[in-house]
Amino acid sequence: MTSAPANGPVAVEFRGVGKRFADWVLRDVHLALPSGRGSALVGASGCGKTTALQLINGVYRPDEGEVLVLGDPVPLDGIEAFRRRIGYAVQGAGLFPHMTVAENAGLLARLAGWRADAVAARHDELFDLVGLGGELNDRYPHQLSGGQQQRVGLCRALMLGPEMLLLDEPFSAVDPIARVELYRQFEALREHEQVTTVLVTHDMREACRLADHLVVMGDGGVLQVGAPDEVAADPADDFVRALLASAS
Amino acid sequence: MLAGALAAAPVAGAAADPVVVASKSFRESIILGEALAELLRREGIPARHEQALGGTKICYDALVAGEVDVYVEYTGTIAEGIKRVEDPTWANLTAALAMDEVEMLPTFGFNNTYVLAVSPAVAEARSLAKISDLAEHPDLRVAVSHEFLDRADGWQGLRRVYALPQTPDGIEHSLAYRAIADGAIDLTDGYSTDGELARLALTPLEDDKGFFPAYLAVPLARADLPPRARAVLIGVAGTLGDDEMRAMNAAALDDAGARRVAREYVEKIAAPVGASEPAATPQPRLWGRIGANTARHLVLVLAALLPATFVAVLVAILIFKVGWLSKSAVYLAGLFQTIPSIALLALLIPLLGIGPKPAVVALFLYALLPILRNAVTALGGIDPTLRRVATAMGLKPTEELRLVFVPLAMPAILAGVRTAAVVTIGTATLAAFIGAGGLGEPIVTGLALNDTGLILEGAIPAALLAVATELAFEQLERALVPGHLRLAAAG
Repeated sequence: MTSAPANGPVAVEFRGVGKRFADWVLRDVHLALPSGRGSALVGASGCGKTTALQLINGVYRPDEGEVLVLGDPVPLDGIEAFRRRIGYAVQGAGLFPHMTVAENAGLLARLAGWRADAVAARHDELFDLVGLGGELNDRYPHQLSGGQQQRVGLCRALMLGPEMLLLDEPFSAVDPIARVELYRQFEALREHEQVTTVLVTHDMREACRLADHLVVMGDGGVLQVGAPDEVAADPADDFVRALLASAS
Repeated sequence: MLAGALAAAPVAGAAADPVVVASKSFRESIILGEALAELLRREGIPARHEQALGGTKICYDALVAGEVDVYVEYTGTIAEGIKRVEDPTWANLTAALAMDEVEMLPTFGFNNTYVLAVSPAVAEARSLAKISDLAEHPDLRVAVSHEFLDRADGWQGLRRVYALPQTPDGIEHSLAYRAIADGAIDLTDGYSTDGELARLALTPLEDDKGFFPAYLAVPLARADLPPRARAVLIGVAGTLGDDEMRAMNAAALDDAGARRVAREYVEKIAAPVGASEPAATPQPRLWGRIGANTARHLVLVLAALLPATFVAVLVAILIFKVGWLSKSAVYLAGLFQTIPSIALLALLIPLLGIGPKPAVVALFLYALLPILRNAVTALGGIDPTLRRVATAMGLKPTEELRLVFVPLAMPAILAGVRTAAVVTIGTATLAAFIGAGGLGEPIVTGLALNDTGLILEGAIPAALLAVATELAFEQLERALVPGHLRLAAAG
């Protein structure tokens, strides 16, 4: 399966990528995600979209083909420094339960050797954007609501000002009312940070709302690529049509 | 049932109830107990042998309580261990026992007193023949039984009378022979009728100043023993000499052997004889001893626990990182746990000799499992999402461990160390068996000497130490683990 490359600068490129665990999860995937914009990998669970995301930050390595990120192949040496240029947020936020909110959010900055006042300033900047107050700083994650945890997770992922942000279903565990609020705050963050985002989701409505470039996945490959309105106007097959129907 | 009980009452009971003969938990006592029971049966008196009932305290208490009718004791033990008779003449001992309605019957004849024994090689190399020769060899490695070490009629008095320069370690008697055979020590105490002396061909040193008191073997009987049975038991008087008893001990390798030796003896005995003289007493400096033993105990525990914690957590991290190592290391640590502590100590003697070294190694091996198992379980149970986040956000492997995984596993690791610490404090009392000292020293000696005070002198500080350890770990957990992550209190 192949997809037509997007116009303009490219943030992520898959060249004939295959990945297998027991069976092949991805096979011969060609993909180009635009820089400076929001992409969404959308599809049913088990379609390989989460695997694709973790090929981007080198948590997984391809068994076939090559993954280029920000112009270069995912490095073998210095992978940690590479990953710190790419934020990562997950479903349920994945905050470390033994650290306070402030410790979670500031972890990477402290490891990068930032001064305490610099960490605090960046912390306040991001927390303001997502509407989190300073009174949460000394609490532990279990004392926060799901939506609050998720916002702390986004702030943690953006702490170092990464060039790209990977999001693995970060909104799906949040209740629908809080989710709409969360979408707005996420968009505010992205606008402010000017960061390229790659969102993995099974929710076509969410994908259409948060991304301007859709990659519809299924059967271990890419089914269709394009802007939301392009995909809606001309679905590639019945599966894509069904996904779109679920969103309307 | 009721009818049977009534029928067995007073008059019929005198004929039907067997005489109960007990023996202490060592070979010679078992042979003699078996011999007395066999002798009674030969004379048509029903008799039962409660073999290896226990130590001095257990046997004597059972005798006084009437659960036992007769058992064989030694005059020196009566004077020192049971009654504390200042001037242990035959008459004084008899009078002391009479208060408990216990009668001391005439002695078998042999004197199972202490001897000092050296390996033949050492005896030859140093030309050792008598105890006074030892004064010129201060470098000899001496380890003696705990009882001997503490008794006034043991090492304490011996050192004064012979001006001995050596500083002995305390060691469990049965392990001392292993140690001397393995060359880990040069000299130990033994008993003059001990079969091992003959079997290992050890050289006994002559007591040339006549220091050791008499340990004449005597049947101790309840005053209400039926006269016919009493008459039969008096018949053993003067029938066994030191050499004969030593030969019998050497020939009785097992249970069946002990019964055979006893039967052969019973078949050939005949005539009666008289008695002889025993010993004196020890003394305390209570708080100083408790302090020194507790400090020594803590050193043993810490010397085992700290390296065990370090190694176990390190191995747990390796298992966590290297999948194929997984369970085998935990099973290996579990294997050590199944070896009885005394056996493990005995196995370590040929490798490490006696003293604190093998004790610390054994305690270390026992402490590994609880820490390792808790750490492996805790690390393996960390939420996979957190592991993925830690990696994906760009933490280095060492940062992942230091900042995320080990802190998350910390409550369970601490619980494991806490368990190991309390268990080690208890197990370390056994270290006294191989001369490592600590709070086990008074316990082991107290057991051997029938001295409850001495047992408590070790047991109470050990128990307090365990409680203090629990409290200290609670404080440590409070300092290291945020409240919501602490394990529910264990008790």
